Amino acid sequence: MSTFVNDTVNVMSRELKPVWREPMAVVFAMIQPLVFLGLFAPLLPEMATGSALQWFVPGIVAMTALMGASFTGANLMEEMQSGSHERQLVSPLGRPALLVGRALKEVVPMLMQVAIIVAVVTPFSFDLHLPGVLVAALVLSLFSIGVGALSFALALASKGQDWMFWTIQQTLLFPTLLTAGVLLPVDGAPRWLEVVSMLNPMTYVVDATRALFAGAWPADVVLQGVAGAAVVAALGLVVGVRAMRRSS
Amino acid sequence: MTHTTQTGPAIVTRGLTRHFTSHKQTVEAVQGLDLEIGQGELVAFLGPNGAGKSTTLRMLTTLIPPTSGTASVAGHDVVSGQRDVRRAIGFVGQGNGAGHRQLGRDELISQGRAHGLSRADARHRAAELVEDLDLDAVADRKVSTLSGGQRRRLDIAMGLVHLPRVLFLDEPSTGLDPQNRINLQELIQRLHAESGSTVVLTTHYLEEADALAGRVIVVDHGRMIADDTAARLKSRLGDLVRLGFDSATEAARAAARLSRVPDARVDVTVASVDLRVKDGSTLVGGLLADLAADGVPPTRVEVARPTLDDVFLDLTGRSLRETQQSPTDEADTDSARTESEVAA
Ligand SMILES: Nc1ncnc2c1ncn2[C@@H]1O[C@H](COP(=O)(O)OP(=O)(O)OP(=O)(O)O)[C@@H](O)[C@H]1O
Ligand SMILES: [Mg+2]
Repeated sequence: MSTFVNDTVNVMSRELKPVWREPMAVVFAMIQPLVFLGLFAPLLPEMATGSALQWFVPGIVAMTALMGASFTGANLMEEMQSGSHERQLVSPLGRPALLVGRALKEVVPMLMQVAIIVAVVTPFSFDLHLPGVLVAALVLSLFSIGVGALSFALALASKGQDWMFWTIQQTLLFPTLLTAGVLLPVDGAPRWLEVVSMLNPMTYVVDATRALFAGAWPADVVLQGVAGAAVVAALGLVVGVRAMRRSS
Repeated sequence: MTHTTQTGPAIVTRGLTRHFTSHKQTVEAVQGLDLEIGQGELVAFLGPNGAGKSTTLRMLTTLIPPTSGTASVAGHDVVSGQRDVRRAIGFVGQGNGAGHRQLGRDELISQGRAHGLSRADARHRAAELVEDLDLDAVADRKVSTLSGGQRRRLDIAMGLVHLPRVLFLDEPSTGLDPQNRINLQELIQRLHAESGSTVVLTTHYLEEADALAGRVIVVDHGRMIADDTAARLKSRLGDLVRLGFDSATEAARAAARLSRVPDARVDVTVASVDLRVKDGSTLVGGLLADLAADGVPPTRVEVARPTLDDVFLDLTGRSLRETQQSPTDEADTDSARTESEVAA
């Protein structure tokens, strides 16, 4: 067990080194969500329940987490092509640690991005409820670990074929975002869309993030958010570790 | 530090076989390899592109399981004892072991940590290797900014971090300039002498196999076709002395005279004569004087050491060119590379 912990720490700290050294890369990676924020926010109608930004920002935060973590397999794919993945497979590092260490690392850039978004919108019509934001960050961390692990599994399954990784990642990305109600509310949508939305674990993560960012603590919504994120994390780690064990 | 804990051979393979199936075609990359390598041996696998060198190393380093047969490294089975094998070995693959987004020194330290070194020991060892491989100027740069040869040296350093009992190097000298090739040879020999490690490497060059390894295993189409010392392989072949003349008549006269050289093979092509003879480089002075005295002074002289191509011709009766054209060979695209490497 302690071998697993040591190995995981080794893998995670290696993955984090480029993040500490080039923090600007973390900012560039969130250009897309920031553009959405800049373009959509002025278009949002005033809402009865409060400022539109208050509703929209948590969605953008969840979107940033999903995008960042789902791109991360590309880094592994690069290492598969260069030979450094192979080098690690021959080292005594355990296969599960090679996956888990990488997935855990996803939390760090995600938290940096959440901090940036919150800092950017707080001067505008967005009320900062710090305790809620911190708990939401925990839920999103769990979610990022799961999505990151799935992205690594996809990279391993693609065996270094870029096109396969990007086609699948892009095909899944926007339907996931839209049915989770990130950009537009899903309420009042056709029945089939509502069903898809209910089956999408990200829906619950987004709902919980919205509630917590607003400073509200509805127990059922928060717990469902935690459960949704935990399901993604568990699924990601199981699938990811399996893929890593098969890797050669 | 010496490795005294294990007795018995460092590597044993029995009927080691690996097939690949892609696009409904089966490639028999390694076929029934029976091999025994003792502790502390320095062995080179010599063979053309696609011969199965990397596949053999990938099986011995636990990266891929054999299709059939068995192999053990440092006393552990490569399938059932993967973890123990990995702890005992170092592997420098054909690609780049260091991540391109990382700093060279960080990669060395993290590799040391992966092998159970303490933080301080890993740092210390990294510093030693940076010096040994002349990486001082580049070790603290991002790996992607290193030149091909610098990256290769970093890869080699990574394989040596934990002073492995068995070290595998897949074409270690690829991309190194002549000076660094010599440095690498010295480094490997020093490691071998100091730690008693067993070293297995692959190469396309008979010269390199000779300079580095006591024992050379020649492979072709997944099979071992020779297992001997480089010196014996070379002396069996002899050097090639190529003499050019002004005319075909002169060449024919010279050939007649040269055919009296003991144990030599003489071939005439138009105005040039090829003489294949042991120790040709030392004999050539006398031969030239002889021919001049006979009134047929050569206008051009070349002496060449035997190459992989010559070994092949000798062992299989066909040259690498013919090998590459045979219909059973899948690696068509590699043929151009083989020829230029062999010519080099
Ligand atoms: N993953 C794979 N899938 C299909 N075929 C493969 C695979 N790996 C190797 N082969 C085939 O197995 C044969 C042996 O390949 P291998 O890489 O072992 O050769 P090699 O001796 O290392 O050659 P080189 O000198 O070019 O490195 C080749 O025909 C190669 O195409
Ligand atoms: Mg190879």
